[in-house]
Amino acid sequence: MSHIPAPIAGVIWKMLVNEGDEVHADDEVAILESMKMEIPITAEQNGFVAEVVKKQGEFVNSGDILIKLR
Amino acid sequence: MSWEKELKDRVTQIEKGGHFKYHEKNKEKGKLFVRDRLALLLDNGIEFEDGKFANEDAEGLPADGVITGTGKVNGRTVCFMANDSTVKAGSWGARTVEKIIRIQETAEKLNVPLLYLVDSAGARITDQVEMFPGRRGAGRIFYNEVKLSGRIPQVCILFGPSAAGGAYIPAFCDVVIMVKGNSSMYLGSPRMAEMVIGEKVSLEEMGGADMHCSVSGCGDILVSDETSAIEKARSYLSYMPLNYKKQPPESTAHEPAAFETSVEEILPHNQNVPFNMYQLIERIIDNNSFFEMKELFAPELITGFARLNGQAIGVIANQPKVKGGVLFPDSADKAARFITLCDAFHIPLLFLADIPGFMIGTHVERAGIIRHGAKMIAAMSEATVPKLSVIVRKAYGAGLYAMAGPAFEPDCCLALPSAQIAVMGPEAAVNAVYANKIAALPEDKRQAFVEEKRREYKENINIYRLASEMVIDDIVNGNDLRQELINRLAVYKSKYMKFSERKHAVYPV
Repeated sequence: MSHIPAPIAGVIWKMLVNEGDEVHADDEVAILESMKMEIPITAEQNGFVAEVVKKQGEFVNSGDILIKLR
Repeated sequence: MSWEKELKDRVTQIEKGGHFKYHEKNKEKGKLFVRDRLALLLDNGIEFEDGKFANEDAEGLPADGVITGTGKVNGRTVCFMANDSTVKAGSWGARTVEKIIRIQETAEKLNVPLLYLVDSAGARITDQVEMFPGRRGAGRIFYNEVKLSGRIPQVCILFGPSAAGGAYIPAFCDVVIMVKGNSSMYLGSPRMAEMVIGEKVSLEEMGGADMHCSVSGCGDILVSDETSAIEKARSYLSYMPLNYKKQPPESTAHEPAAFETSVEEILPHNQNVPFNMYQLIERIIDNNSFFEMKELFAPELITGFARLNGQAIGVIANQPKVKGGVLFPDSADKAARFITLCDAFHIPLLFLADIPGFMIGTHVERAGIIRHGAKMIAAMSEATVPKLSVIVRKAYGAGLYAMAGPAFEPDCCLALPSAQIAVMGPEAAVNAVYANKIAALPEDKRQAFVEEKRREYKENINIYRLASEMVIDDIVNGNDLRQELINRLAVYKSKYMKFSERKHAVYPV
């Protein structure tokens, strides 16, 4: 099981995956908005989305888990 | 036995290193014998070796576990010390330490680079009185490193552990190259950590190459095997002068690779949308000339050596693709270190700015973002090498300052037509100035009002307006940037300045 954490504090502008989706390494899984910038979040490895932990519009701190993979 | 035969036999014995079984053990880990490493590193092998007979009287301690001498790299003399991990795991006895100190003294006298090929378990505790506390004990090695820092290039290739005090050898070098899986740095071993603080942790997790090259920032370059590590060291030295009094060597100029897309095409119009800064770097520099430092550490800022028309430069570039290119404590620290390194060895600096600013929020304030940001700004201010500042897209707030903005005496501050310089971006600015007014407006009027104000704001910070105010020196098309920089660099070569008269700054470290 691997987790995808937020690299930076900000608000989730777009969540691009749903539970059960297959993701590949380097796929964009979410876009954060922080410092008025769009910050794409990519998966580090292949897997399936086990859980979308944070919702669109939610504030997240650096290191918070956004998505759990299986 | 004849004299000659005796000498020959003894030398042969010493050059074999430690016991056969330790050679085998190293082989299993993909580790080369120390003399084979040196053969790969040096153009024509060891030129001379001093202290070869060190501790020959003792059983099983050939060369006392370290080889010191001179050789050539890229045709130029270098000094080296290289631990032999087949001899008591490369540990340090009194003569080991004395040999290292002597080669440092030699490098100082000759004013040539010094390479540390480290693979050592640390001090031999049984020999501590002779090698640890005294005037020429191990502490002297670190004292000498500090003294030599910025005077001659000091390069560390870490092939194995550098434990406890030994971990400070890499810490004081200009560059640390680490081999995945084998290299490690740590003050206390996992066994020690368990005994003393009760922590259970693996060596790899606590002090492995991956960790140091991506988290702690103690490692600069991560490679997969020893041969690549040695190639990296040779390549690194090709950007460096022999010492601080010399200029970096020039190399053959190469055009950048051919790309289908122009600079304008890779830059998104919306400042908030990221792009990949590497794409711009490779369109500016000589083909295949990028030598990146700390690629895996704080990747929101890119630092690396490159060549412009054959001339070595140091590139400091924001990477909008990672964390928006925002500066963090680690990226500011990384920049400060790299700028200092380039400035020490006459390597001109090229800043490529696309930066929304320094990170804000509780997390980074607690981490001392102000203190770390100050390090970067201090190092950049103090640098007296040619400083070329290029505003690629946005340069907001202290981000403009940190990236060698106009007030920090760059030799030029150029802008691409896509540049936008301001205290903050239009969205943040309009919110800051008109927050109350926006709140007072009926909901259906707000959007139009905000858009109108943003448009006014953008006009106010239009790059041609800033050029007209002479904030920037010139506006250059992306595809002409390389030639512009080559021309300027050639002219700025004669630059000489002393930054300030004093003993030294009180560094914001």
